[in-house]
Amino acid sequence: MTAILIFEQLLNGLQFGMMLFLMSAGLTLVFGVMGLINLAHGVLYMVGAFACAIIAGLTGSFWLGLLASLVAAAMAGALVEVGVIRKLYQRDHLDQVLATYALILIFSGATRWLFGAFPLYLDVPEILSAPVNLFGLLDYSSYRLFIIAVGITVALGLYFLIAKTRLGMRIRAGESDREMIAALGVDIRTLYTLVFALGAALAGLAGALLGALQSVEVGMGDSVLILAFVVIVIGGIGSIKGAFIGALLVGLVDTMGRFLLPYLFALVLPPDTAASIGGALSSVAIYILMAVILIVKPKGLIAANG
Amino acid sequence: MANLTIEYKLNVFLVMLLVALPAIALILDEPFYITLATKVVILALAGVGLNLALGLGGLISFGHAAFFGIGGYVAGILASHSLNAELMFTLAEIEFQGSTNMLVIWPLALLVSALVALIIGYFSLRTKGVYFIMITLAFAQMIYYFAIAWPAYGGEDGLSIYVRNQFMGLNTLDPINFYGICFGLLMATLFLLSRLKNSHFGAALQAARQNEQRLAAVGIRPFGIKLTAFVISAMITALAGALFADLNRFVSPDMFSWHTSGEIMIFVILGGVGRLFGPVVGAGLFIVFEYYLGGLTEHWALFLGLVLLAVVLFARGGLVGLIAGEVKHD
Amino acid sequence: MTDCILKITHLQKSFGVLKASDDLSLDLRAGEIHAVIGPNGAGKSTLIKQICGELAPDSGSIEFLGQDVTSLDVASRARLGLGRTFQVSSLAMEYSALRNVMLAVQSVQGSSFRFFKSLAADQPLRDTAMDCLVEVGLELRADVCAAQLSHGERRQLEIAVVLALQPKAFLLDEPMAGMGAEGSKKLTDFLDKLRQRAPILMVEHDMDAVFSLADRISVLVYGKIIMTGTVDQVRSDARVREAYLGEE
Repeated sequence: MTAILIFEQLLNGLQFGMMLFLMSAGLTLVFGVMGLINLAHGVLYMVGAFACAIIAGLTGSFWLGLLASLVAAAMAGALVEVGVIRKLYQRDHLDQVLATYALILIFSGATRWLFGAFPLYLDVPEILSAPVNLFGLLDYSSYRLFIIAVGITVALGLYFLIAKTRLGMRIRAGESDREMIAALGVDIRTLYTLVFALGAALAGLAGALLGALQSVEVGMGDSVLILAFVVIVIGGIGSIKGAFIGALLVGLVDTMGRFLLPYLFALVLPPDTAASIGGALSSVAIYILMAVILIVKPKGLIAANG
Repeated sequence: MANLTIEYKLNVFLVMLLVALPAIALILDEPFYITLATKVVILALAGVGLNLALGLGGLISFGHAAFFGIGGYVAGILASHSLNAELMFTLAEIEFQGSTNMLVIWPLALLVSALVALIIGYFSLRTKGVYFIMITLAFAQMIYYFAIAWPAYGGEDGLSIYVRNQFMGLNTLDPINFYGICFGLLMATLFLLSRLKNSHFGAALQAARQNEQRLAAVGIRPFGIKLTAFVISAMITALAGALFADLNRFVSPDMFSWHTSGEIMIFVILGGVGRLFGPVVGAGLFIVFEYYLGGLTEHWALFLGLVLLAVVLFARGGLVGLIAGEVKHD
Repeated sequence: MTDCILKITHLQKSFGVLKASDDLSLDLRAGEIHAVIGPNGAGKSTLIKQICGELAPDSGSIEFLGQDVTSLDVASRARLGLGRTFQVSSLAMEYSALRNVMLAVQSVQGSSFRFFKSLAADQPLRDTAMDCLVEVGLELRADVCAAQLSHGERRQLEIAVVLALQPKAFLLDEPMAGMGAEGSKKLTDFLDKLRQRAPILMVEHDMDAVFSLADRISVLVYGKIIMTGTVDQVRSDARVREAYLGEE
């Protein structure tokens, strides 16, 4: 185990974290602005990945596929918001959980019907397929670096959007006072659809980006969804900044845990036991992290709305 | 008892239906129906557990799969040790053996799930709303991934129980006998739950759901009430898990997955939140869907989703609510 | 000190820069009605919340019946005998009026961990609860669900629930709010008699009620008690006039 290896794992953790951020940003925004808990967010991730794989397969261009993932996920999001989600804002969390769980069943079933149970494949674009050499130390996947760059760009973009633009101002107003913003004559329905579609597009983007690293299949959004929930709960539900910190934390803890824990246990335990304990513990590390954070701060690291 | 409520009549009808099911299956010469009915009864029991926390206490646990799985694994682990004639462990020089006796397995499943629920509940109940939903989910995921990664009891592949466990000398491999055991447990639990619902504790628990501030202001600490309900709820679901393991003669980490939590929740919602027999109706509907629709199309989950969505959006009291109207407190 | 039921000393509570309680000291003596008045935003609700245990003060102490209760939770203080009503009625809305009172009775009995025996069949408990409803004149509405009671009836029910707790002190948060002229008159008469059972600390806006009921009045402005005195003292105090008139 060398410093270079650790550095590589840190980069992997960072990449994982950025992907989680793309996924969590929409989830936390939708909760913060509309007070909605949306289990169907993972479905939008899947929609993005499928759109990207199909368009990339048809046109041969990954970049067109990426664009398609944004468009398809945003449209699916807007459609779902107008058709179903809109009726749930006034409902309690239980209804929201169940209705959006039903959406998972519906979308997953429909996708399986349309595209079959076999995974689709999506290749990393040629221009990013070769590793790059970092500081003369290690060769690292340029595609993973690209994901990190996209994550940072989106984070900056969201910050700018929310802090500096008119739309952002309305989003912030919507978080603190719904009646007020309606009274100001802002069309709250359109605003909500817009916010939901934006979150959906980001989830779709995450799905497309990760689709090239994993396989594109029904159910791919499930595990990511749970992780995204862990992220926003750690960060404080409703806070974009919290989602960013939470995503990095989860990405790093998960990656480094899987890498380091078996090593650490091997220092004090026989190799077999160390591998199984280390493996078992590292796969639950982020949940332990979340539980600990919630016990100390029941509303997450950064409580939204003050 | 001149004016029995519609809900009461419905409950009586359901009990009679469950009693008659094996006979109906035999008359139709479809013995497999008995196994299906057993599945309904067991899943209903899991739902009855959640219904106590969710329906009466308003505790939206998205992690009851944890307890369902714990029940299953207690049965599986005890049985595998017993069948392999290995010691479980030694504590203070007392040797703990495995067992294939349900009368040993059940109490242990109840005990282990109660302890785990006490820990999960103690931490989760400090949070509210979405945070409670998410932290219960996280605890269940924690156990799920642990079960996958821990190799001692089959890891990802799960654990087989080669012979169904024993109950007072009955031949438990006979579907009717096993159905009888499960049905008996479900009825006993429903009876106890109906008592609990109308007891002093039940009144406090339902008040906690309606208005926690009020409960505290009259001097009853909501935390203790909710934690107690959470633990009892977990124990019932764990009992169902132990039976489920015996039904399939197999346990796997899937029992812990969040889809299992979601499904247990679906039983409760489809039937009607807070209704005594709601989970029975919900689980019945679910199995009918899975079996019949699953026989027609492999995409049956799509239709289940549509039905669930319709129930949530348009029939908030679930099926029992549609038939019997709104909940009434005396 | 024997007749000092509730004693609040040097209470401090800030929200950011806002001082909601600023070195606030106050006591409640046996047999009296002590009213706390003050303009909006003076920190009256924050004071009530700290006394009943919903909010923890930053510093200072609260003594009840000679016992330091500062670190106790709401339920423990209620069980010691601190009976409070809410400014905006806070009831178990699905329960009938009687059931709401029964909840308080079962708390006093300490029977909330009975799992098997039917509550509805617990006749003594029902009777005790019914007596409380009779006292506030709500017995004919005993079986009506709290959600269907009128505003005034809910206020009456709040009082009935508190009576069932057999408190050693009443803590009433704006009992007159939204009662209407006739309702206020009735309630004033009722509270006048209630003081014989236990002393009352009340926060109230309705000056007619305060002036006719209170033995002592404390005036709260910006988290500080600017004076405590009898009705006449408060009426003639220049600072009080300024606090109210200056505010308008």
